[in-house]
Amino acid sequence: MRYLYYPGCSAESTGMAYDISTRALMEKLGVELVELDDWNCCGATSYFSVRELDSFAIAARNLAIAQQQGDEDLCVICNACYTTLAKTNRYMADSPHVREQVQGALKAVGRRYDGTKPVRHIMDVLVNDVGLEAISEKVARRLTGIKVAPYYGCQYSRPIGSFDDTEDPQTMDRFFEALGADVLTDFPAKLKCCGGMMMLTNATGAVRLCHEILKSAEDLGADVIVAACPLCEMNLEGYQPNVNKAYGTHFHIPVMYFTQLAGLALGIDPKQLAIDKQVVSCAPVLAAIPA
Amino acid sequence: MAQEKIGVYVCHCGTNIAGKVDVEEVTRWAAEQPNVAVARNYKYMCSDPGQDLIKQDIKEHGITRAVVAACSPTMHEPTFRKAAADGGLNPYLLQMANIREHCSWVTVDGEAATAKAKRILGAQIHRLPLNEPLDPIEVPVNPNVMVVGGGIAGIEAALKLAQAGKKVYLVERDPSIGGHMAMFDKTFPTLDCAACILTPKMSAAGKEPHIEMLAYSEVTEVEGYVGNFKVKVRKKARYVDIDTCTGCGLCTEACVVRKVPNEFDRGLSKRAAAYIPFPQAVPLRATIDPTRCLTLTGKKCKQPCLTACGPGAIDFDQKDEEIEVEVGAIIVATGFELWDPTPEKRYSYGKLDNVLSSLEFERISNASGPTGGHILCKNGEPPKAVAILHCVGSRDENYQEFCSRVCCMYSLKFAHLIKEHLPECEVYECYIDMRTYGKGYEEFYKRLMNEDVHFIRGRAAEVTDVGLSPTEEGRLVVKVEDTLLGITRRLPVDMVILSSGLAPRSDAKETAQTFGFGCSANGFYLERHPKLEPVSTVTDGIFIAGCCQYPKDIPDTVAQAGAAAAGALALVDNPTVNVEPTISYIDPEKCSGCHICVGLCPHAAIQYNEEKGVAEVITAACKGCGVCVAACASGVPQQRGYLDEQIFAEIEGALAV
Amino acid sequence: MSDQFEPRLIGFLCRWCSYNGADLAGTSRMKYPPNLVPIKTNCSGRVDPTHIFKAFAEGADGVLIAGCHPGDCHYINGNYRTAGRFPLMKKMLEQLGLEPGRIRLEWVSAAEGDKFARVVTEFTEEVRALGPLGWNTRTPEEQADAGQASSDRVEEAVPA
Repeated sequence: MRYLYYPGCSAESTGMAYDISTRALMEKLGVELVELDDWNCCGATSYFSVRELDSFAIAARNLAIAQQQGDEDLCVICNACYTTLAKTNRYMADSPHVREQVQGALKAVGRRYDGTKPVRHIMDVLVNDVGLEAISEKVARRLTGIKVAPYYGCQYSRPIGSFDDTEDPQTMDRFFEALGADVLTDFPAKLKCCGGMMMLTNATGAVRLCHEILKSAEDLGADVIVAACPLCEMNLEGYQPNVNKAYGTHFHIPVMYFTQLAGLALGIDPKQLAIDKQVVSCAPVLAAIPA
Repeated sequence: MAQEKIGVYVCHCGTNIAGKVDVEEVTRWAAEQPNVAVARNYKYMCSDPGQDLIKQDIKEHGITRAVVAACSPTMHEPTFRKAAADGGLNPYLLQMANIREHCSWVTVDGEAATAKAKRILGAQIHRLPLNEPLDPIEVPVNPNVMVVGGGIAGIEAALKLAQAGKKVYLVERDPSIGGHMAMFDKTFPTLDCAACILTPKMSAAGKEPHIEMLAYSEVTEVEGYVGNFKVKVRKKARYVDIDTCTGCGLCTEACVVRKVPNEFDRGLSKRAAAYIPFPQAVPLRATIDPTRCLTLTGKKCKQPCLTACGPGAIDFDQKDEEIEVEVGAIIVATGFELWDPTPEKRYSYGKLDNVLSSLEFERISNASGPTGGHILCKNGEPPKAVAILHCVGSRDENYQEFCSRVCCMYSLKFAHLIKEHLPECEVYECYIDMRTYGKGYEEFYKRLMNEDVHFIRGRAAEVTDVGLSPTEEGRLVVKVEDTLLGITRRLPVDMVILSSGLAPRSDAKETAQTFGFGCSANGFYLERHPKLEPVSTVTDGIFIAGCCQYPKDIPDTVAQAGAAAAGALALVDNPTVNVEPTISYIDPEKCSGCHICVGLCPHAAIQYNEEKGVAEVITAACKGCGVCVAACASGVPQQRGYLDEQIFAEIEGALAV
Repeated sequence: MSDQFEPRLIGFLCRWCSYNGADLAGTSRMKYPPNLVPIKTNCSGRVDPTHIFKAFAEGADGVLIAGCHPGDCHYINGNYRTAGRFPLMKKMLEQLGLEPGRIRLEWVSAAEGDKFARVVTEFTEEVRALGPLGWNTRTPEEQADAGQASSDRVEEAVPA
């Protein structure tokens, strides 16, 4: 099993642990990831509101490279990158205008793209290609008794929803059940926005959104929140002090990339999963995993 | 063939045609075509002066054929054929060329539209000399009518027809007639008690000697044609003899299976396996639920119902029975289903307590409902605050794109009822637009605004039980953007009512197929014409009424039921009806008796005459599909009005320009 | 209009579904190319292979047959007859050296004005791409090529 791999910019900075743990996890599962040559920022979702066509062109450049580099599907780890790249494909298919403009822009930099490179979320790859049964067989330390709040984030399944229910995604629930965890399947905040980039421009608003998610997880007695997006992970983990200050709460909930927790279940060394890079200590989670 | 004199009439239809098609050019061109004696154009051909042009030309110019290039024949072919007949021309010697729906309205370029109009008209000019005079076939009409669906629409239609002295078969799928209206508490905007106005009609229908009630029955097959339908009805076994049962309810009390969700209360209460759906049921007879009864599911039971039943009406050996009924007309009034809010997951229906569908709230506020008419939460406490969320599943491209027309009004009714029962309760209406379009409706809205109901313009985003403050803890929270204030709000409430839209019945498509008409894109039954024939269908003699056609309120439903009854009556009150003479015939001289057509005829209208060794068309049974014509290797069967040579001529004409 | 080839199309529309669907496209003011001239029959089952060949002989470049959806036929099962005949008509076309893509069968209900407009638009473009029929001017080799090139598609001739 082999995929082209698009890490996304965050993977080189705040989301480094996501990239590191992804590579470790996939290696363990025998999945080869070939990093995309000379990839660029996907433009992220907010740029669409400013200059839509440029956003498509920026995203399409990555897809053009992917098409040239190999026949494998393009695997993406960040929800925002996933949405942006998949959206570009969809618009290129649906709108002759967008297709024409984007292809014109690519031509200017000597590239071509027909709009058909399959873009796959890493969870899609894990659940539908690798398969839950195969993953379950490789579990070294079952996550028995660990209460996992699966936090999908707003762009995991929306608006595309190509591999899961748009409004009620379930794949992450099934994934951690396969690892033996006590999944909080009715986690009501699983699709709530974390505030995203708003943390920089309107911190009050973003902190309010994080508060609701954290509270929801705490009410259910979550031991750990797992995320599938670097921005979500950063907001939920790194801004707990800000939430506590604003709302008089005392949150200190471990937040991990789902690949980190999954890696632990597969017996990968915590160091290889960059667990030490987490802001809120994951020691209680590590201690709770049965040997 | 003698030289025919064709009159060509090009209609402007105001600017509908003339705005795109150069009607002068088409007329000039038509005048040059073979056999054309007169070519004219006129602003509105369907007007009296327009029709008179045809009649005059028949008299003065001796035209022997006519073609009107105008709108769709579905619209005005009867009009112009009648005009021709009035002028002394056989109506089937007039054809229509559809240059409006198929040409001027769908073409961007004027020149292209003009060219296409010539081709459409040319096809008809070419075929006309081959047209034969035809006489409509007169068939007898069965005076009886069947009404399918025993909601308010069906009841109303059946009563009207019975009043006119017609025998009516009223078929209802459930054990009792009454439909959705019987579940309602009050009706908007007058706040009449639904039961008080419906039950007299139900009971009248039950007593009316002209109405044969076929409750707990379903139509399985419809055969025949206008004036002469044969309908198969499956009378489902009630396991109770309907003539002996007195409706006393003792079997219900005796039954040991007590926890069956009561459909009539939308599952909010339980009933026994032997049950009478509600106290005012018509017919007031018990039914034994075959899926829950211990005896009928092959389990052990002491059968206390048998002992309890004085008259001995219970009969576990009863079987479904199929009967065949002959009627001249059918009214289909099969109603709607409430849109199930479960897929709209953000509203947590079915997941969180006290999130109710509108029909569930109807039952809760109803004196005969599960709470005896007290508005209570699941824990038995009255709510301190209630949110009513509009447009659930409606005006939403993910679910139903249309507006269901009644939800705003029933939501206002709910708010009023809550305020009446619980004056201290806060009531929030979260709406996109308030649509209060009927008589007295806007006034009712205004009244509610003065009853301290909070109106918030915004579609609710979410219903959650994650409380973020002490006032929210342990309650439901509705998140909504108040678009008038430009803020998002969190409304802590104890009960949420989801004002779901009305949906087509889940088996609407199959039902429509059974009766031989179609469904609109939104799934409701398709009427013959949206404006002028809202209760007719493409199948002559079959009418529709009520919410099966589209969501509507009770007044509109009753009005439509009356219209459908009038349509049926106008048909069955005549001894005969004319049917199209465009049926097949077989020339016995040419038929080789190969049998191919015999097996293909969908209506078994072709039989093989052993004696003569040829196939023969049974005129009364042929519906005129033409399948036999296309199937015969020798082209022996022909269809009047659609002879091969006529179709060939149309093709030639269409491609000659 | 430009100099591009304008195909001439004939469309046999059943009176109960497709003709009304075409009417609905009109009342909804949907726009589609003017290339197709509709001919009304009571049922798509009335359409005889000879009608198709007559149309080609008279200069049509393509022929559409449109009827009620399966199960919706006003005559119970007339459209099933059409569906049964259609692949044979395609085969016949092929044997005569014509592209089977010059005939198309569609189910269009009375509620599907948009579908009718889409079908006519697509079909016009498809036949435009095939070029003029030029039945009488083709060499035997050209005829064989045209039939063979499209023979793979015959099996999928009947729409679901």
